[in-house]
Amino acid sequence: MLKKLALGALLVCGLATGPALAAEEESHVVDFDFSFEGPFGSYDQMQLQRGLQVFTEVCSACHGLRYVAYRSLGYEGGPELPEPQVRAYADFYEVFDETLLDGEGDFRPATPTDHFPESSLSNAPDLSLMAKARAGFHGPYGLGINQFLKGMGGPEYIASVLTGYTGEQREEAGAVLYENTAFPSGWIAMAPPLYGDDVSFQDGSPTDLESTAKDVAAFLMWTAEPKLGARKQAGFTGVLMLGVLAVLLYLTNKRIWAPHKRKLKDTPAPR
Amino acid sequence: MAGIPHDHYTPKSGGERWLHKRLPVVGLLYDTIMIPTPKNLNWMWIWGIVLTFTLVLQIVTGVVLVMHYIPSTEQAFASVEHIMRDVNGGFMLRYMHANGASLFFVAVYAHIFRNLYYGSYKEPREVTWIIGILMYLLMMGTAFMGYVLPWGQMSFWGATVITGLFGAIPFVGEPLQTWLLGGPAVGGYTLTRFFSLHYLMPMILAGLTMVHIWAFHTTGNNNPTGVEVRRTSKEDARKDTLPFWPYFVIKDLFALAVILVVFFAIVGFMPNYLGHPDNYIEANSLSTPAHIVPEWYFLPFYAILRAFTGDVWVVQIASFVTGGIVDAKFFGVLAMFGAIIVMALAPWLDTSSVRSGRYRPMFKWWFALLVVDFFVLMWVGAMPAEEPYATISLIASAYWFGYFLVVLPLLGVFEKPLPQPGTIEEDYATHYAPNTGGTTTVVNPAE
Repeated sequence: MLKKLALGALLVCGLATGPALAAEEESHVVDFDFSFEGPFGSYDQMQLQRGLQVFTEVCSACHGLRYVAYRSLGYEGGPELPEPQVRAYADFYEVFDETLLDGEGDFRPATPTDHFPESSLSNAPDLSLMAKARAGFHGPYGLGINQFLKGMGGPEYIASVLTGYTGEQREEAGAVLYENTAFPSGWIAMAPPLYGDDVSFQDGSPTDLESTAKDVAAFLMWTAEPKLGARKQAGFTGVLMLGVLAVLLYLTNKRIWAPHKRKLKDTPAPR
Repeated sequence: MAGIPHDHYTPKSGGERWLHKRLPVVGLLYDTIMIPTPKNLNWMWIWGIVLTFTLVLQIVTGVVLVMHYIPSTEQAFASVEHIMRDVNGGFMLRYMHANGASLFFVAVYAHIFRNLYYGSYKEPREVTWIIGILMYLLMMGTAFMGYVLPWGQMSFWGATVITGLFGAIPFVGEPLQTWLLGGPAVGGYTLTRFFSLHYLMPMILAGLTMVHIWAFHTTGNNNPTGVEVRRTSKEDARKDTLPFWPYFVIKDLFALAVILVVFFAIVGFMPNYLGHPDNYIEANSLSTPAHIVPEWYFLPFYAILRAFTGDVWVVQIASFVTGGIVDAKFFGVLAMFGAIIVMALAPWLDTSSVRSGRYRPMFKWWFALLVVDFFVLMWVGAMPAEEPYATISLIASAYWFGYFLVVLPLLGVFEKPLPQPGTIEEDYATHYAPNTGGTTTVVNPAE
């Protein structure tokens, strides 16, 4: 009982710090639904492929994915591109190889073992971990239990930024800032990257602003947490096995203690 | 002499006698595992096992993580991503290690507050208590240094803020800070020495764990009644106790399994819940995060650190008396460490002759308030340093000190304790029927 209380109190406290941290940001993050939310959610392979396309055709002009290797595009639980396609995709990029030209180095086509390039624009952050590194981490509405059911909120933040432009812009110290309802300060240096119909999908999926924003947000969640599926599976196995073990130990414990913990009223008659 | 009287190990076969004569290790293990344990221990006596298990979990996952981690400013962050993406099961190792730290602190706080309520720190268990406090300090140091290793933004700025505390110490502060950091600011040398210490300190912790267990195996466990096990004879002791194996081993393992179900649910389904998003951005000395917030387990003491600002009269008096040597910053540091020191002194500050809070009608309420106070401190620790949080944290910090320095000494004088049971057996008999044997078919597996 006391243990339950202590755990409960800690949990409540943990929950309480969530909204507190999030409350300060006045920005508005929309709680989009994603297929990978909740304990049993998983990535939608087709959505990741669409997101990869949006990233390649739009985002990659400025942003990098330095921690992501091309080979991982073919891994289970990701976009799962077939191997020839992974090779062809990598071949499309160039990398600098120090070993070429007798140590002088030269550019060569990338192979699946290489990583995506870094950001080409100095003030464009690398997007590999963006979905885990941004506000909305504690769930869009700040409640801790939200994170259990609705995911960590990072992809929601990315999609909200992409769809959050109001069209207003102003100049500050020589730089143009764009008003954005999801960005913490309200004004973001990135020009609206998506307007809707920026790409055309082979599978005929909708290409409106919100759909493409969600697709690329899902893709960036995958780049940040490529092992999400395996992790949830491990968690599920752990919970299940330990749950069974707990039941067995409970029964064992009860049986061992039975002679010492007989209830007072069960005794036949006081001697 | 030490310990509750019980049957000791006697080597039976020739081989056993041969070994026992040369190294009585089997006897030591037997005495440890069969130690007479008060039979009325409740569910708050499970945290020791949880803590021991967590220490092993952290060391095992940590040893494997070290095989893939690179302690350099250029590669630390990338090597952690390598662990998360390319190492087999690496994502589980790292998430278990990171959340294991949280499990460690959940367990240690429950363990500490159990001791505070049942008076386990009192004579003759002061040494166990002091070793425990030392272990808690080591844990905090280990957790803090471990948090620096991924070399994210919170790692870097957390390290900058916390080591800055040492800079607040008058005269020796700045050289001390430089010595800790290995340079003028947090950098590559800080990372390598924190890495080294993060590996060393858990080993010391493992050693202290054994001393901790040795100490309380000498005095015997406390129990919810606070009444000591009778040591007059083996027969008397047997009426108050049951052997640790199997009764308490199985009970503790059951509790551990339940706790691990919750742990695996968090690791599997929301592993970043207790972390901070900024730590997924690589450390950057040119960009300070908007809010530098420590991990949840440091928040109560972080709140005490920040509570004493320059406009608090205690701080102003301290500053005036010491001629400005104790300024607000140094006062905060003293308060933070003082909060743990007053806790360490509890055995000598508590004047009551009654051990367990169960028989202390007034103490109960003050203790409940201390628990609430702890959570309030944790909450304000996560808040920005502004009103009304500043006032709340000041009141909450004052109560923390008040509880140990004023309430505990005075309660012993003013409180009229309730009657305590004469023996553990007597208390146990009010809840459970005596084990007369024969009426039950269950065979005692220990025999």
